[in-house]
Amino acid sequence: MKPTGSPGRWLIILPPLVFLLLFFLIPFAFAFKISFAETAAHVPPYTDVLQLTPDHHWHLAATLANYRYLLTDEVYGVAYLFSLRTAFFSTLICLALGYPMAYAIARAPRTTQSLLLLVIMLPFWTSFLLRVYALEGIIRDNGLLNTVLLNLGLIDHPLRIMRTNLAVYLGIIYSYLPFMVLPLFATLEKLDATLLEAAADLGSTPWRAFLDITLPLSIPGVIAGSMLVFIPAVGEFVIPSLLGGPNNLMIGRVLWDEFFGNHDWPAAAAVAIAFLLLLVGPIAIYQYYNVRQLEA
Amino acid sequence: MERRGSLFLFSVLCFGIAVLYIPILVLIGYSFNASPLVNVWGGFSTAWYGQLWHNRQLLEAALLSLEVAVSASSGAVILGTLAAIALVRFARFPGRLLLTGMVNAPLVMPEIITGITQLLLFVSMVQLLSWPHRGFTTIVISHVTFCTAYVTITVQARLASADRSLEEAAMDLGAGPARAFLEITLPIIAPAIVSSWLLCFTLSLDDLVISSFVSGPGASTLPMVIYSKVKLGVSPDINALASLIVCGVGVIILTAGWLMGRAERRRALEMQLAEQ
Repeated sequence: MKPTGSPGRWLIILPPLVFLLLFFLIPFAFAFKISFAETAAHVPPYTDVLQLTPDHHWHLAATLANYRYLLTDEVYGVAYLFSLRTAFFSTLICLALGYPMAYAIARAPRTTQSLLLLVIMLPFWTSFLLRVYALEGIIRDNGLLNTVLLNLGLIDHPLRIMRTNLAVYLGIIYSYLPFMVLPLFATLEKLDATLLEAAADLGSTPWRAFLDITLPLSIPGVIAGSMLVFIPAVGEFVIPSLLGGPNNLMIGRVLWDEFFGNHDWPAAAAVAIAFLLLLVGPIAIYQYYNVRQLEA
Repeated sequence: MERRGSLFLFSVLCFGIAVLYIPILVLIGYSFNASPLVNVWGGFSTAWYGQLWHNRQLLEAALLSLEVAVSASSGAVILGTLAAIALVRFARFPGRLLLTGMVNAPLVMPEIITGITQLLLFVSMVQLLSWPHRGFTTIVISHVTFCTAYVTITVQARLASADRSLEEAAMDLGAGPARAFLEITLPIIAPAIVSSWLLCFTLSLDDLVISSFVSGPGASTLPMVIYSKVKLGVSPDINALASLIVCGVGVIILTAGWLMGRAERRRALEMQLAEQ
């Protein structure tokens, strides 16, 4: 490559930098601006926050009404807390299931390892939407799960799982499990096996060695995996919309309805900005551990 | 204790894999059910597959989705590879931290936020520049944005582990830096580029939320059509379509994985021979 400092390197840096600035970062500025506008009955359906008056002065017509509405209408607070709770418990269950899976893969022989990773990755590569739909075939009232349980005589009438919060939990765990396993595997695989041998030589039980050595060293993977599940799960739309009941008000669904149902773009922009501000903490934690892991 | 521990790990792994695969296998089973009723087995039939070919709405949506996916993954591969080179090879430059952040954030950003903010950008741009019109162009731009992140992460890891001494040797022998990169390093990172193109292709083909926000009237991608049908309940022709997509993507990924594994082994062998 060109020596550092040569102007030619900007040919490499600028295209992705400018593209992502323009289409990823700057959109947030527009959403921020429009969150101070009012709805209007024209195209696009909101008022101009910055107006150029006929005598060439800029006129600021901002309103805090959308944010006031967010704080007073309790549906947003309730939806946000509900989404956080759903995402939190789903993440915990994914971790409980994903950690042993990642550990088993990390200890498997090399050749089996790549096969197992492929098996875990394959569902992630295939369609997310269609997998959520496929889950419906298992958990609906006349689906596979109920048919099997009824035929085994374990239950008398079908379990009601579809359109409940349980279905949303199952959907998130099922869809996001690979995201938990992969970062965990990446840290567990790098683990130095001689440390465990040393612990065993010094008389430590395998369980003790796991608690003292493996678990603390795998914390970066635990955090990266948890954030990869938690953050998108908070804003999940497809799963609550297809599997959840009508009362399942996750924030992604509220936002979708505000936008497509009520056509209130400024309110939707305000919800998105408020939502983003609440996610800045988790995203920063993810970035921190991710960058550290890449540089390790 | 050791054996009991291994047995436990192995059981959880098998359970997890079963959880991941059973719903898909059941769906494929249903797609061959002659009866339109989901809980009645009416015998084996491929009728639902035949019906797909007569559904114009689905075919048009599938064509649009394929066009979007090919364009978006090609764009993302170029931008993502450039970003990976910048981040791995240039230790410091103004905006490095910004680029790192913008590359990683889309991986965790809820799609619904990305969708709304990008739509508001496009609408504002149309007011100022009368471009871009919502539809194919805006969907491709949005998909390139989130796909670039996946390309950069994949290529970055590969590039960081590539041996720079070969490239330096080529430059000592008189190759320019660009030529040394193209002839030495590019073949090394090529598998990562190919696999990330495929990943972007499948992610783009699957995206519902972002496309729903940024697309315009008349431009419905396949997931948008599937979503509106699935919302009304289970339908047997969607079972057939879903099975086709899942199996098609699965076969592509497995073939790509096998080809890349073979290329990798051959390269490792050549390296071994060269060192002798």
